[in-house]
Amino acid sequence: MTTTEKPDYKVIGTRPIRPDGVEKVTGKALYGADIHLPDLVQGAVLRSPHAHARILSIDTSAAEAMSGVLAVVTHKDLPVVADKVLDMGEGASTASDMSKNVLAADKALYRGHAVAGVAATNVHDALTALEAIKVEYEVLPPVLNVQDAMREDAPLLDESRHTKTPTGEESDNTSNVAAHNRFEGGDVEAAYAEADIVVEREFDTKMVHQGYIEPHNGTANWNSDGTLTVWTSTQGAFAVRGALAELLQLPVSRIRVIPMEIGGGFGGKIGVYLEPVAALLSRKCGRPVQLTMDRTDVFQATGPTSGGHMKGKLAVKDGKITAAEVSLAFEAGAFPGSPVMAGAMCMLSPYEVENFKVDAYDVVVNKPKVAAYRAPGAPNASFCVEQLIDELARETGVDPLQFRLDNSAHEGTRMITGVAHPRIGQEETVQAAQASDHYNSPIEGPNRGRGVAGGFWFNAGMQSSVVASVNPDGTVNLIEGSTDIGGTRASLAMQLAETLGIEYDSVRPTVVDTDSVGHNDVTGGSRTAYASGQAVYEAGLDIQQQMVARAAQLWECEAEDVEYADGALRHTSDSEKAMTFAELAGKQMETGGPLQGRGSVVARSPGAAFGVHVVDVEVDPDTGKVDILRYTIAQDVGTAVHPAYVEGQMQGGVVQGIGWALNEEYYYGEDGRMENASFLDYRMPTSLDLPMIDTIIVEVPNPGHPFGVRGVGEVPIVPPLAAIANAVHDATGHRFTELPISPRRVVEELHNLQ
Amino acid sequence: MPRRTHIQTTLNGEEIDFLCEPRQSLLEVLRDELGLTGTKEGCNNGNCGACSVLMDGRVVNSCCVLGVEAEGSEVVTIEGVADGDTLHPLQQCFLEEAALQCGVCTPGFIVAAKALLDSEPDADEGRVRHWLAGNLCRCTGYDKIVRAVLKASEMEEVSA
Repeated sequence: MTTTEKPDYKVIGTRPIRPDGVEKVTGKALYGADIHLPDLVQGAVLRSPHAHARILSIDTSAAEAMSGVLAVVTHKDLPVVADKVLDMGEGASTASDMSKNVLAADKALYRGHAVAGVAATNVHDALTALEAIKVEYEVLPPVLNVQDAMREDAPLLDESRHTKTPTGEESDNTSNVAAHNRFEGGDVEAAYAEADIVVEREFDTKMVHQGYIEPHNGTANWNSDGTLTVWTSTQGAFAVRGALAELLQLPVSRIRVIPMEIGGGFGGKIGVYLEPVAALLSRKCGRPVQLTMDRTDVFQATGPTSGGHMKGKLAVKDGKITAAEVSLAFEAGAFPGSPVMAGAMCMLSPYEVENFKVDAYDVVVNKPKVAAYRAPGAPNASFCVEQLIDELARETGVDPLQFRLDNSAHEGTRMITGVAHPRIGQEETVQAAQASDHYNSPIEGPNRGRGVAGGFWFNAGMQSSVVASVNPDGTVNLIEGSTDIGGTRASLAMQLAETLGIEYDSVRPTVVDTDSVGHNDVTGGSRTAYASGQAVYEAGLDIQQQMVARAAQLWECEAEDVEYADGALRHTSDSEKAMTFAELAGKQMETGGPLQGRGSVVARSPGAAFGVHVVDVEVDPDTGKVDILRYTIAQDVGTAVHPAYVEGQMQGGVVQGIGWALNEEYYYGEDGRMENASFLDYRMPTSLDLPMIDTIIVEVPNPGHPFGVRGVGEVPIVPPLAAIANAVHDATGHRFTELPISPRRVVEELHNLQ
Repeated sequence: MPRRTHIQTTLNGEEIDFLCEPRQSLLEVLRDELGLTGTKEGCNNGNCGACSVLMDGRVVNSCCVLGVEAEGSEVVTIEGVADGDTLHPLQQCFLEEAALQCGVCTPGFIVAAKALLDSEPDADEGRVRHWLAGNLCRCTGYDKIVRAVLKASEMEEVSA
């Protein structure tokens, strides 16, 4: 569905095969764990068996003496670093927290927290050596959820931590609450007093993992001249380089990060875990060292996303949402930095709400430090708000999509941050869902129900740079630094081909290491097709401009007499004078030498994404199993560069949301042990659990991008949690306010009702 | 070092031999001893299917098979699915249908789907979904994977 007239694109909107495709279907593509270097050795990491413990001593002597063991490192091998904030692109952390997370210092703050690293001639020897490291712990009581952590008498993860309050000051008392922020506007109390209906509920979600199939890996070679090369599967090679420079106190130029293919990330492969440990081990043993995680490590010791507790109170008057008071408390894990602020800023953004009071608490608990996960914070917060909106619609007798349309934000509506929306597609997206075949088909049968929900995500801009070299045969090599996690080589090559008016197949993109291209921020925040796309466009314009000058030189005319259009150069008044892109590309030597285009941007107008989802479920009242019968997504994507890859992002995001809604959770014992740290027990959706996922692409072009591109990847995970809860309510009459809506919970809650 | 055993097997149509320790899985042997890294490790305990290979025509999780068990068997990995530079219809359909995003689960899916289409060329959507339930994909939501397998099943080379 295109909502405005689109330019007549030649390449954008087509569905070509990705440049890295053949390597990936034949098993030739090299991911981080696939490299074998000369003299490479393997390592392993010793992890805390306790969720909260003081580390009294670590004795590595026995391990070091073992046959095959080459090096052992602990936190003492890391330099002391300052409390400097490291902005990793999606989520920030201080260098000192990151250092303590990489290898625990005085305290182990979660089960699985890295305590020591070993390098050995093979991985089995390294694993055996871990058993010989003696760590003396003083075990402390853990805090495992935000309510417990916020109690005044709660055990403190950091005895010196005070709360940063909304005024910017620090609280007098020490606390596990790292920060409390507030957004306030209008007069919520007056709005409640005048409201037709007020609904109020509390909600809980559990910690969940991104669930990428490829475990983390890191391979490092530290040369005696103090240069470090790192091979890793990361969403941001430059973010890794920056973090390593801080953590190891090396000049940035001494570190080269080589991004390997990446087996999924979803925000979870931005931070560093293994890379600094591999680097320290390599320095000690003088050989390249490879570390890989097993699945249990991935669950216990990387960065899942927050669970939390939420309270919401919404009011309606004459069909309009007049007030929203929401309090969000999110688990940050062992160190501050939950996505609670993002959740707070997103959850009301699809709507016009004049009176609001939103509190956001960032709370440390004895669980792994959270990382970004696809629209971080927004799914949880929308689980709360979109269910309350569903209730308001029901109570007022208005169709839930119509209710959302009646309250939709549009250009000029201010979000709770005070920022006004530019041209957005919220209304068009709701209308697309209303017009869908799905929404206009009846839902029949016992224990079946339909739910809808909306969602918003900012999308990110940030920095990108690319170089494009024109070859004598008219092809172009595009050198870029954005990790390709799901098709961005293709979407960037397409945008360059479109800009230059040449064939998609004429552009060959390559993702290069940090020595070989200018800075590129992470592939995250749904920014790559948008921001790196803008850099690619600028590189294309740069090439056009240089070609025009060269044509003018050949034709002995002024540059303004030369026109570049549709991959050809023409003299504006002399029709005899014309050259194709390829013809001029073949005349580089005689027109000034090798032709390169450069694009370098700080992209500042990402254009927010809106999604509206419709889902039908069937609930088995005996087993508690919830089946997804049908699912339709409508989403404003600005301009779909590669529609098949856009659909794939929408479908993939939704299915992660379905898992989050119905099955996935970190299940903790009282001792702080995650009891389901395997893919068997942490049950992600399989092909058998799902129907086809229908997509409706809405295109309201982003005025901030030359082709109207908006970020696509994240917003699809925002609505499913609430949409499914609303559908289950429709099917059962019971409102589930705690995730996951697993068979056990469904049976328990439905039977309690009876 | 534990004593290494001499194993003879057929790998991707070629008779080979290798040495391996009794504790090494077939996955480890393929990746670390034989340099065939197309077979991926996702969980190392049989729950994700990223390490799927064919052993005497059956799909197995190579992380749950010992290297020594390959003695005398015929093993096919993702590296052996294409015929020279001609892609298998499944590989071609995965590309055309955008059935991969990060691509790390893709080798396992293609190998598992090949086993299905080899024995049941007329498999329908329900059968495909059931068969592939042992392979986890976190990027695609399976929609395009299922479509790719169904499309490949309609191609002559497979159904013939």
